[in-house]
Amino acid sequence: MTSLDQHQVEAGTGSGHATMPSFTTRGLTKVYGEGRSAVYALRGVDLQIPSGEIVVLLGPSGSGKTTLLNILGGLDRCTSGEVFFRDRNLTAMTDAELTRYRRNHVGFVFQFYNLMPSLTARENVELVTEIAARPLDAAEALALVGLKERTDHFPAQLSGGEQQRVAIARAIAKQPDVLFCDEPTGALDSQTGRAVLRVLADVNARLGSTVLMVTHAASTAAMADRVIHFADGEIRKVVRNRTRLPPEEIEW
Amino acid sequence: MVSPLDRKLARDLWRIKGQAAAIGAVIAVGVMLQVMMSGLIVSLGETRDAYYSRYRMADIFAPLTRAPDHIADRLAAQPGVSTVQTRVTGRALIHIPTQILPIQARAISLPDLGRPALNDVYLADGRMPEPGRRDEILLLRSFAVAHGLHPGERLDATMNGARRSFRIVGLAQSPEFLYPTPPGEFVPDDARFAVIWMRRAGIAAAFDMKGAFNEALLTLARGADEDAVLAAVDRVLKPYGGSGSYARADQLSNRYLSEEIGGLRAIAVGVPPVFLAVAAFLLYIVIGRMVQAEREEIGLLKAFGYGNTRIGVHYFKLILIIATVGAGFGCLGGIVSGRGMVIVYTHFFKFPFLVFQLDPASFVSGVTVSILAASAGGLLVLRRVFALTPSEAMRPPAPPSYRHSGRIGAGLIRFLDQPSRMIWRRLTRQPARMLGASFGIASGMALSAGMLTIYAGFDRAIELTFAVLDRSKLKVSFVHPVGEKTLLELARLPGVDRVEPVRYVPVILRNGQFTRRGALTGLPRQFELNRALDADMRPIRLTGGGIVLSSVLARLLAIRAGETLRVEVREGRQPVLEIPVVGIAETLLGTPAYMDLEGLNRKLREPGRVSGAALMIDEARRDDIYRALKGMPVVAGISLKDQARRAFQKMMDQGAGATRFIMGAIAFVITFGIVYNAARIAYAERARDLASLRVMGFTRAETAYVLLGELAVVTLMALPLGTVMGYFLSFGLAALFSTDLYQIPAYIQPASFGQAMLVVIGAAIVSGWLVKRDLDRTDLISALKTRE
Repeated sequence: MTSLDQHQVEAGTGSGHATMPSFTTRGLTKVYGEGRSAVYALRGVDLQIPSGEIVVLLGPSGSGKTTLLNILGGLDRCTSGEVFFRDRNLTAMTDAELTRYRRNHVGFVFQFYNLMPSLTARENVELVTEIAARPLDAAEALALVGLKERTDHFPAQLSGGEQQRVAIARAIAKQPDVLFCDEPTGALDSQTGRAVLRVLADVNARLGSTVLMVTHAASTAAMADRVIHFADGEIRKVVRNRTRLPPEEIEW
Repeated sequence: MVSPLDRKLARDLWRIKGQAAAIGAVIAVGVMLQVMMSGLIVSLGETRDAYYSRYRMADIFAPLTRAPDHIADRLAAQPGVSTVQTRVTGRALIHIPTQILPIQARAISLPDLGRPALNDVYLADGRMPEPGRRDEILLLRSFAVAHGLHPGERLDATMNGARRSFRIVGLAQSPEFLYPTPPGEFVPDDARFAVIWMRRAGIAAAFDMKGAFNEALLTLARGADEDAVLAAVDRVLKPYGGSGSYARADQLSNRYLSEEIGGLRAIAVGVPPVFLAVAAFLLYIVIGRMVQAEREEIGLLKAFGYGNTRIGVHYFKLILIIATVGAGFGCLGGIVSGRGMVIVYTHFFKFPFLVFQLDPASFVSGVTVSILAASAGGLLVLRRVFALTPSEAMRPPAPPSYRHSGRIGAGLIRFLDQPSRMIWRRLTRQPARMLGASFGIASGMALSAGMLTIYAGFDRAIELTFAVLDRSKLKVSFVHPVGEKTLLELARLPGVDRVEPVRYVPVILRNGQFTRRGALTGLPRQFELNRALDADMRPIRLTGGGIVLSSVLARLLAIRAGETLRVEVREGRQPVLEIPVVGIAETLLGTPAYMDLEGLNRKLREPGRVSGAALMIDEARRDDIYRALKGMPVVAGISLKDQARRAFQKMMDQGAGATRFIMGAIAFVITFGIVYNAARIAYAERARDLASLRVMGFTRAETAYVLLGELAVVTLMALPLGTVMGYFLSFGLAALFSTDLYQIPAYIQPASFGQAMLVVIGAAIVSGWLVKRDLDRTDLISALKTRE
């Protein structure tokens, strides 16, 4: 299998797995520091993210979107409020439970790829497949991101876009319920950036993973089912797109 | 106003405080050793010089049998002689009511009027004996202290067979008894050796030396040729039984002190550079790592217009601070430990005063050398800073290439899971660097193993001397060589199970230009109590008429088996003999020269003569035997093996040998410093990868495996390497700790190496635990943000 059926995605108006929401937050607050020097990163965020959607978190830097992503991804804890992943309360989880949560349900893609330089592309993916509950085959995951040919290359031998695609392959290889992407195209040129977004859209369509993407590039919002606008630690508005634009048509 | 760069400096320092402290500690230890050792060398050397000059220590000692007083004028007339002081000395036995055995002492004359022109005494308490008072004596202070004797009390002593009672009028010390050892032993024992000084008339009467002397002390005129004077003195004294004059360098107490100073100097010169090299290496790694991580900031600074020099100086300051603070603490530590060591030394070397003097040069050189060594490490790193261009520095570095390491062990790697592959590739990507880390840890282990070997060596030396070579209970020495009748008398004493004769003959051994002063040891062919063993613990076969030399002595004399040695006997008729060397043996301890007793006596034409005996006795009848021995006039001294052993042990534990404990502690500090730094660096280099693993859902234990696995492999590789290095280092250290007077064998024991391994593994576990703790505390988000 070489690529996904793009037609399906382009034709859809949202993937429509409207069963139980992926995430529910209530009064989510994150404060850094104390007393006078306290900085509010999140100020009581109430939010529901349906399963299977592509959701873009949009906002200027410092608006709290990455903080939200980190808390939903189990990398950080909130100061007050509650976060539910499906029916499970992330706020109440121990460190070990959070680790298990990340291991079994969540994939991450970062701006700077965060690949293990000492492992080849395939091995970077296998790093995850070895510990995941129901993984894809590493070769399959790499094929999904169009990197079938370069599986035995080390990160140093790959371009930035290729490295990011390896990172995505690694994130999706566990067939995550949620894929978190923090500025996934931030370090890439427009053409490579679009290709990476295409992969994300494909993954969403093929695996049904909820994709939660943080970006400050407003144009990216066009490929989302739902766009959450952030400012000053609060949700300003949520926009539902009637139609999703294929990533190739996004203006950069 | 503090510049922002300096603030960054302060924060950087705080961030790497653990490593900075470890490196600083290594520097501090090096400088501390140097300051302490140099200070001790200066203190001991200058105190000795001052003591010698103030109390007019002789340059030449000339013992003889008996010469009329006027011969002193002939000695004084020899070219190169400045001052002559004649005196009467003799052996004495002191009777202490609480002790069954008499204690060996030397009696030495003071002039009838005033103070000796040479080898004056330091009066610590009381007064000088009144002229003409034959019963007044000065007593060696250390002996008086050991037995609680005070001026005004009485003391009984036997001189020349007659027992007399004396009044102690003063306690004295003397530059010729800095290191008061009982005759025939080689460690000081305050309680078992005494010196009695008395006016000449009294001692001359006791030893039948009226109008005569049996020892001459001389000083040399400025620029005099010592060897020429020694030869002239020997010529003058030959008709009077001169047994060979010797220079101050050969005087026993002075020799011990010189050995000690020499040993300190060897350590002071040899050891601190090791520490500084280690510190330089560590700094290179740590600062190098920091520059790598801060390339972006460096690029930024350059883009702002900061020059190479400004930026270089910034990092250089960091190095400078670590080196200076480390060296500063080292200096302080050196002063404190030096003061402590001086107290230890005053127990062994009887100076009337010993103040720890600092060697200002050691501060300067200690601090300078640390800074230079640290800078050497730093400069290599700074080159990389200079090479960065602003634009290059601002780009994140490409991921390190593992392309080539992929090939190494490609077959093996298939069987590894991904985390193990990460470890494997890290190790194989820069094998030189990993080997470097292993080598560093191995050095630490080698040092620990070497020191533990030395500990074992000290114990072994004691065990060999007092249990393996010497199986007697006590040794008796005679006033002069006696016939076999005395042996029979000893054997007849109830409770004496076995008597074995021995003959020590003081000699000068010559082979061409090579000369050694020493003694020939004559043993019966079938020895049981006093044994001559080779390095494999086999008895050395002593055949008729030839000398068996220890290999060390043979090397010093440059002689081989089959050649003939010229032996100048320094007692009795003082014959000069030509004796063949029939064998060379790898002896267990010391540098003995053995002959079979019969053959020796035949050469000396003194059949049946012995100078001492080793006795095996029944413990239950010990006191009776002591009393009987005390009553025998030919018995000059009795030495109990257990007492000698205790004295030796005490010196090893508290005296010069005590430095080995300091060295051991230091070995541990170094080992820990290296291991900890290796762990820190590994962690710093991988922080981001490890955080990524955690983000992907790896548990703490799984993540720690990647980090600690690497450390474990590096540590495990270090163990065999450290074993090999430790093996060779042991011999070097044994040589360093050995002196002319006693040898410390490199006693290689598996236990020493096992313990050294435990030290390394322990250090690795503690270091691992410390970095694991940091790993667990890592803020995943911030670790991911830092791009590298």
